[in-house]
Amino acid sequence: MEIPYTVENRPDTGIYNAKLGIWLFLASEVMLFGGLFSAYVLLRTGAEPGMWPHGWLDVRLGTLNTILLALSAITTLLAWAACKVRDFGKFKFFHACTILLALSFLCVKSYEYHDKFIHYEIALNDGTFADGHLEEKSPDFDLKAKTGTITILGRIVNDRKELMDLRTYKPVNSKIEIKVADILKMQNYGPWHNTYTAIYFTMTGLHALHIIGGTIVIFYIWAFNRKMWKTDPERFTNRVEVSGLFWHFVDLVWIFLFPVMYLT
Amino acid sequence: MSESEKPVTMESYIKLCSIIFTVVLCAVGGMIWASFLPHTGWTGKVVIILAIAAVNAFLVAGYLMHLLSEKKLIYAVLVFTVFFVIGLAGLTLWAMNDFPTGTAVH
Amino acid sequence: MQATVQQFPPYRPDDADEAAAHDHGHAHHEPNFLSKYIFSTDHKVIGIQYGFMSLCFLLFGFFLMLLMRWQIAHPAMAVPLFGSLIHWACGDMAPAVKDQAGNLMGYAISPELYNAFGAMHGTIMVFLGIVPLAFAAFGNYVVPLMIGAPDMCFPRVNMASFHAFFLGGVVMFASFFIPGGAAQAGWTSYSPLATTIPTNGQAFWLVGMVLLITSSLLGAVNFIATIIQLRAPGMTWMRLPWFVWAQFVTAFILLLAFPPLEAAGVLQLMDNALGTSFFLPTGLAVAGKVGMASGGGSPLLWQHLFWFLGHPEVYVLILPAMGVVCEIIANNTRKPIWGYKSLVYSVLFVGFLSFIVWAHHMYMTGMGQTIATFFQITTMAISIPSVIILTCLFLSLWGGSIRINTPMLFALAFLPMFGIGGLTGLPLGLAAADLYLHDTYYIIAHFHYVVAPGSLFALFAGVYFWYPKMTGRKMNEFWGRVHFWCSFVFMNLVFMPMFAQGIKGMIRRMSDGGINYSAAHVPGAIDTLPQNIMELNWWIFAAAVGLGLSQIPFIINIFASMWIGEKVGTNPWQATTLDWHTPTPPPHGNFPSEPHVVRGPYEYSAPGHEHDFLPQAEFPNAAHAAHAHH
Repeated sequence: MEIPYTVENRPDTGIYNAKLGIWLFLASEVMLFGGLFSAYVLLRTGAEPGMWPHGWLDVRLGTLNTILLALSAITTLLAWAACKVRDFGKFKFFHACTILLALSFLCVKSYEYHDKFIHYEIALNDGTFADGHLEEKSPDFDLKAKTGTITILGRIVNDRKELMDLRTYKPVNSKIEIKVADILKMQNYGPWHNTYTAIYFTMTGLHALHIIGGTIVIFYIWAFNRKMWKTDPERFTNRVEVSGLFWHFVDLVWIFLFPVMYLT
Repeated sequence: MSESEKPVTMESYIKLCSIIFTVVLCAVGGMIWASFLPHTGWTGKVVIILAIAAVNAFLVAGYLMHLLSEKKLIYAVLVFTVFFVIGLAGLTLWAMNDFPTGTAVH
Repeated sequence: MQATVQQFPPYRPDDADEAAAHDHGHAHHEPNFLSKYIFSTDHKVIGIQYGFMSLCFLLFGFFLMLLMRWQIAHPAMAVPLFGSLIHWACGDMAPAVKDQAGNLMGYAISPELYNAFGAMHGTIMVFLGIVPLAFAAFGNYVVPLMIGAPDMCFPRVNMASFHAFFLGGVVMFASFFIPGGAAQAGWTSYSPLATTIPTNGQAFWLVGMVLLITSSLLGAVNFIATIIQLRAPGMTWMRLPWFVWAQFVTAFILLLAFPPLEAAGVLQLMDNALGTSFFLPTGLAVAGKVGMASGGGSPLLWQHLFWFLGHPEVYVLILPAMGVVCEIIANNTRKPIWGYKSLVYSVLFVGFLSFIVWAHHMYMTGMGQTIATFFQITTMAISIPSVIILTCLFLSLWGGSIRINTPMLFALAFLPMFGIGGLTGLPLGLAAADLYLHDTYYIIAHFHYVVAPGSLFALFAGVYFWYPKMTGRKMNEFWGRVHFWCSFVFMNLVFMPMFAQGIKGMIRRMSDGGINYSAAHVPGAIDTLPQNIMELNWWIFAAAVGLGLSQIPFIINIFASMWIGEKVGTNPWQATTLDWHTPTPPPHGNFPSEPHVVRGPYEYSAPGHEHDFLPQAEFPNAAHAAHAHH
């Protein structure tokens, strides 16, 4: 016996197997990201007043990414529509767009991540804090031995609170040279920096992993499943629909992630 | 598999997508504008921004994922899921902010 | 959901050959060993793979427990028989014990190693033992058969699910051999302890958990889709055997409750590996040093995310077992189960409520009275459907023509054992009593009663019951009864004393067995552990050894019966459900022709019929199919 309802709908439920399967999987993903959003809410409401960062992320790049992902969701739907009207050429075009948009999103995200890793907060011995992007290190730079100098493009503040809310305390950056001997502690804005960066990297990182996974699946269907289009176009269309549903979910997560991380 | 009997044409979908994309762009713009409002506290901003995000989400889920024309079974699964997410977040938040009476204030 | 046979696309036996041709082509050539036994997509093979692996892990977890009970009864003394093996595997965590002359007497279990055994015993028994056996093994094998389906909905996802489980098991097992040892922070892995213990074992545990959770999620999707989409024509929801309902709810619990733990696991892994502070509070001092991590996190957050899964998890452990008991009781009383509708609504209600009771594991974390009241209400409420289920199963015995065989013995024993476990849980659900009993041996006794003489007995019953369907032979009845009576006696001897120990205040997870709190050690102090309570440790150890020895007949029986067991036909228990109306063992595709379900699942002793059971389905195309399959 063949497994029924792989392509045609089961009469009483009205759907085919893979569609139910993907929605069930998406329900578990809602719980996964829901758990992470809950963690975000708890960490933020539990933070000391004034110590939760605002404005640490570039809104322009975030908006660009939002537009790229929204556009890719559109092209995904149009790729499926093209399959439904049996226009393989249009399907190829639209899903090629989806893949390119996804890769562009990842490029922008990598740039943003890199930016955080070269951004340092430096506690100085005199109790002030230097903060900025690391421009260069002198050849004799050694943090443990306290030799050398570093140059940052940033500023020096007295109160750490000024580093938190960049909307209120707009940074005016200049080139500053700092002697390593004056440094008490130096740390970049990686996940270990505070709970904000921790949850930011975790959520956007997990989201990026989902983008990579979705892109691989869509690419696989786009490049390697062409034979199925000829033998069983309905089943091929269903695969496009199911992978498209996953992709739209990934976009849905970003719709909440972007405002929560970048705008609030 | 087709959910409805209406004929599917590329033109109808391209039209639908253009409308949705425009609305999404407006929503994104709205959220950015709301986040820079001068005389509102962060709580107020969060409420406005999340409301706009919810509209955005509704469009993506409803039209792009065609959830609006989906079967009752899928709705049932999602309703339970959303209930449990709210339970997880809500009960955890409540638990971490409810303290025994007569103890030190946190 | 009508009672009539539904109109589905007809199964076309004439097209069987045609379908096979443009199918994956697997019908016409014999698959090689790898694709038949290792990379199989057949639900029955996968079910047996899960079953075999989980039984091995159960045995391993049991062995860990024996070592722990030895340590409790003989703190810091050299371990007999297995000392050198433990030292070889775990290195300095099992230090040498020398006598006064400096001669090597053996190797003992250090407190760190005891903690590792404790954490891994729990993890292995729950996630590598009971869940895969109850849900994945029995579910995979039986559910498609019971609903009249040719296989699971997504066979390749099924295979992926098994291999993720296998990898998770390998990672967990491997963690014993790394320097620093396996995870030591309990199966609950509370932060900040889990992040500050100087071993990579915690990271191994987290990676293993992510793999196991992935396996369960894939399995859950498969089960739900299969039960919804692949029921045979006429198999309406209210004609499903209750075992299928139980697996359905279990799958939903796994689907929705596991992801927050996966999220939390990722967060804790980042705390361990990347120095984040999701669960580390500000100002945490580790080994005298402060401020090593950024702080700002919350240890309670881990507990909430963990127990959000942790509580539904226990229903995952018990519901499939209850399903097995239901099937066996119906079969061996030769009458329909009492209260089928109540059973269905109760299991749905239990599944739903299980998501909103979790903080009863956290009454001691300084919760306010309001939220504690909320969780006490939901916890008390969830006991109602559980009791309804147990009552229906008990009442099913009334007026039955009870047939005693090994599966029935285990199923009957399940009822009072689960009853004890459940009743002893009631004081724990109430915060006032729980304040005293939390983290004592009372808790250990409570949950072991529900899982060990509860769940595990039901699963043993399932092995004996479905063995003839898998192999065509029955397991030996005499040795089955020996296995049952010895296990039953020793189980109770192991766990019943622990209630007394817990009430007297013996705290759990003490590697010295409580000797530092005993009256003998600190005479004159108030509320120390009296000598009779301390002595119970030795009796419990002896009973545990007895329990271990009782499993030997079972292990031998499983293997020996494959060759010398009594040969039986396709339906040796004269059962009504569809799983007994396939050939033995069921071929690929399960049913030679499509079953059409015409009646409920427990039509036993219907008046006016020749046999005392009526099969659930008819096979109208059987002759046709026999023809087409030449």
